Amino acid sequence: MDNKKELVVPAIPNGTVIDHIPTAVVYRVISILGLDRYEDEVLIGNYLTSKKYGRKGIVKVKNKYFTAEQLSAIALLAPTATVIAIKDYEVVSKAAVQVPDHVDDLIRCVNPMCITNHEKIPTRFDVVDKDNLKLRCHYCEKYTEKDAIHFVEHKN
Amino acid sequence: MSNLKGRNLISITDFSRDEYIQVLDIAEEFEKNPKQPILSDKVVATLFFEPSTRTRLSFESAASQLGARVIGFSDPGGTSVQKGESLHDTITMVSSYSDLIVMRNPKEGSSRYASEVASVPVINAGDGANQHPTQCMLDLYSIRKTQGTLDNLNIAMVGDLKYGRTVHSLTQAMCNFNTTFHLVSPEELKLPSSVKISIKDAGLKYYQYTDLKDVIGTADIIYMTRVQRERFPDPLEYERVKDSCILTASMLEGCKPNMRILHPLPRVNEITVDVDSTPYAYYFQQAQNGVYVRQALMAAILGVR
Repeated sequence: MDNKKELVVPAIPNGTVIDHIPTAVVYRVISILGLDRYEDEVLIGNYLTSKKYGRKGIVKVKNKYFTAEQLSAIALLAPTATVIAIKDYEVVSKAAVQVPDHVDDLIRCVNPMCITNHEKIPTRFDVVDKDNLKLRCHYCEKYTEKDAIHFVEHKN
Repeated sequence: MSNLKGRNLISITDFSRDEYIQVLDIAEEFEKNPKQPILSDKVVATLFFEPSTRTRLSFESAASQLGARVIGFSDPGGTSVQKGESLHDTITMVSSYSDLIVMRNPKEGSSRYASEVASVPVINAGDGANQHPTQCMLDLYSIRKTQGTLDNLNIAMVGDLKYGRTVHSLTQAMCNFNTTFHLVSPEELKLPSSVKISIKDAGLKYYQYTDLKDVIGTADIIYMTRVQRERFPDPLEYERVKDSCILTASMLEGCKPNMRILHPLPRVNEITVDVDSTPYAYYFQQAQNGVYVRQALMAAILGVR
């Protein structure tokens, strides 16, 4: 086809493409999704030209589809990302990631006095501002904001 | 009327406006007749993971006057907690020994967590800097008792509005009653924006001041709190502002006759002792009201009111 563009990052036959990742968080997305330990093809492109964002990152993961929980992690890190599921080289679904209403057992509470930082308790947050990523701890009621988001260690 | 049986009280926002009023109405009944053996078949556990004088004694007095047996500790030293037992395990165990748990713990969110673990209701008696809802309920009771209503009042909040949890909770609760808020504090200790947003969201007004004298003539309630020296990184700054939030008897000239002064106590020097003998001082009665409000909460939650 004449209009077929050359792919900077090769296509995958089956799996997931995460596109439009902000360049600064590409490697964190890889780490949070546990792809640094994934034993199949993972193709990474960063600082690629993007009409919409100037520069972007892209990650293609062969033979892997993600759960809703894993996608909410992506949404917190990379709210502009698009997740595309591929089967037999065809796009079977494509959607912008959605910041969820609730985030459970995924990030740490910013408050050092919060009970979740002292007992082995899964954290729970309500997302109170999806645009600016502001989350309210279900337990201590303190707010954790975008720049203070740290993922809990056992998540990948 | 809501059925409060089996409910937890962790945060002041757990109860609705009508439910606050329901509890205050029950508290009025206990004020008239505080000694009733209606909880004689109940065991109330008071778990105080940090020391507290007024709150613990007030809860224990409230429970005892209703005939309940009280078990628990006033300091975790010497208990299994000191041996490293998790809060989860302590609460699970105490649930099986009691009908109601009253807990104070310095970790924020600990009471919410305890309520999720416990098989009996939990009342939060203070979780660090987060919530202290029974203090707020007794503040509401004191306001209603002195003003005859909770609606359409001018309330001056004075002192440490930044860190004072009682101020935050009372502000949230009074947002249900068309209150006008007058906020008096040093620049460094202004009310956090998250609490101001609650006022705005309720469609209400607030005014900010740095000098207490400016609100004396307007206020129906002056809610005093302590300005602590350790909140100021610069001791000179503390010295500069420390007198701006001190209330003396001579300042009360020109106040409304119905005006009453509340304070969650302990007081240090922010209300001079000459205020105590004026008709406007209400802080000691306010502390006494804590017993009736806690009786009302325990009776309602245990299903006997």
